[in-house]
Amino acid sequence: MSADEGLNRRHFLTVATTAIGGVGVALTAVPFLASWKPSARAQAAGAPVEVDISKLEDGGLLRVEWRGKPVWIVKRTSAMLDRLANATNDLRDPESDVSDQPEYAKNEVRSLKPEILVLVANCTHLGCVPTDRFEVAPADLGADWVGGFFCPCHGSKFDLAGRVFAGVPAPTNLSVPPYRFLSDNTILVGDDSGAEA
Amino acid sequence: MSNVETQSRGAQFLGWIDARFPLSKMFKEHMSEYYAGKNFNFWYVFGVLAIVVLVIQLITGIFLTMNYKPSAADAFASVEYIMRDVEWGWLIRYMHSTGASAFFIVVYLHMFRAMLYGSYKKPRELLWLIGMVIYVALMAEGFLGYLLPWGQMSYWGAQVIVSLFGAFPYIGEPLVEWIRGDFYISDITLNRFFALHVIAVPLALVMLVVVHILALHETGSNNPDGIEIKENKVDGIPVDGIPFHPYYSVKDVVAIIIFLILFAAVVFFAPEMGGYFLEHANFEPANSLKTPEHIAPVWYYTPFYAILRAVPDKLTGVLLMFGAIAVLFLLPWLDRCKVKSIRYRGWTYKFAVGCFAISFLALGWLGLQPAEGVYTTLARIFTAIYFGFFILMPFYTAREKTKPVPDRLVYHK
Repeated sequence: MSADEGLNRRHFLTVATTAIGGVGVALTAVPFLASWKPSARAQAAGAPVEVDISKLEDGGLLRVEWRGKPVWIVKRTSAMLDRLANATNDLRDPESDVSDQPEYAKNEVRSLKPEILVLVANCTHLGCVPTDRFEVAPADLGADWVGGFFCPCHGSKFDLAGRVFAGVPAPTNLSVPPYRFLSDNTILVGDDSGAEA
Repeated sequence: MSNVETQSRGAQFLGWIDARFPLSKMFKEHMSEYYAGKNFNFWYVFGVLAIVVLVIQLITGIFLTMNYKPSAADAFASVEYIMRDVEWGWLIRYMHSTGASAFFIVVYLHMFRAMLYGSYKKPRELLWLIGMVIYVALMAEGFLGYLLPWGQMSYWGAQVIVSLFGAFPYIGEPLVEWIRGDFYISDITLNRFFALHVIAVPLALVMLVVVHILALHETGSNNPDGIEIKENKVDGIPVDGIPFHPYYSVKDVVAIIIFLILFAAVVFFAPEMGGYFLEHANFEPANSLKTPEHIAPVWYYTPFYAILRAVPDKLTGVLLMFGAIAVLFLLPWLDRCKVKSIRYRGWTYKFAVGCFAISFLALGWLGLQPAEGVYTTLARIFTAIYFGFFILMPFYTAREKTKPVPDRLVYHK
């Protein structure tokens, strides 16, 4: 065996050992990185929530908590629903094509029943909770404000179906969680199995 | 033998150590025989002050963990407990919270010094990069620690910053869920932020500071004239250099005393600094269902926050914000001018660095204002100036009209 051959062998062994060691380190990292994922307990805590809406007035808003997130239930009046149809020009995603909602809420009013709106109340920009500003043309939001939600953190604006207006930082409409009606006055938020699409 | 007997007990002990550990050798290399330019001015105290603040943060931090409870149920109350019931707990906490702001003041001045005197230029590019990694680690440390009191601003600040990672296509949402370890900022998130804040990041910071100093002592310190003193040596010692110890160690002690006077004044008389060091909304416990009317990060992040808000598009805003930090890493290669110090540079760089400083301060102020109307317009203008400083740098520095650089250090009165 020449000296050259010995060096080649040594080089090969060094590279091989480093490579095997590197694979070992990478594989060992997997459990550590995976331990950061939501734990079994965190996932189990995301159970559906039953909400009684019998006391919700016309034009009123109810806040409930689901998976630690605020969820709004709004009972829209017919005047509010009329205004939804008129404002579509200024919206970024009026048909909800790129937004997050179940199939049955992918319509103009973004809900199962037109008057009852269910939304996850975290702004799709950076997760703040917008404020409900249902009044028309208030001083601070301008004369063309038709009522909706305003996020005080970074100024994103949404209409009364949670659809985002153009020219604000939020990229998509507010999310609609899965939900279904257990009766006329009871909503199950977080579960839509067996609901009609 | 007689030699050993004439030595004092102390010298004998030092000899015993030196035979087993390079104590005297290291002291000479880094203190008594580390030569630095003889013309340092006040801009050169902030590196030492940063180490002082780091030590304050480590010691106060260790004592805070002895009474703090990292759980969503107990965190807010345990901070109140530290403030009211633990003997001197309020002092330790105010030192820690004031230390956070002091850290950034000192580090921003330290970085600006490097920009004034070209301390990031060859051969100190790596020194600048290590310093930038320290700066990023420091921002992470501040952010992680800000969640721990579990107040409203803690909560929604974390919500907004963690959500930034959701802007990236495809990997965004899973990444955010992975960082939080839950579907919202919860007890689980708080617990892991605590671990990172008290172990992982401080450990990295301390090691990075050691690496930063080692790199500095390899190249040698720059000076206000931007002249390499190592190029002019007699008997192996730079003629324009003086040993760090005792000449600068003594001056640094004066700076440390002045710093501590100011630091104590804030701790005792204005620990909240009118809501800038400790924000008012944070005196209310975290509520995951209600965002405060007006949310703003602590002052040291506001320049980048203003850039984020200046853009009416989520992904672009996030990219610009991260880009504003990333572009600082490239500084040694964007600046094409051979002359280091601003004393001998042309009007173009002086003008540019002035615009940069103004835009950074203006963005910092705008980040505290609501995101509407004229504030947004101003934020856009200053964002453009901020990036213009860096992007145009290769052009305005390439053919800069500089003054002649002297061979030796000069004193300016």
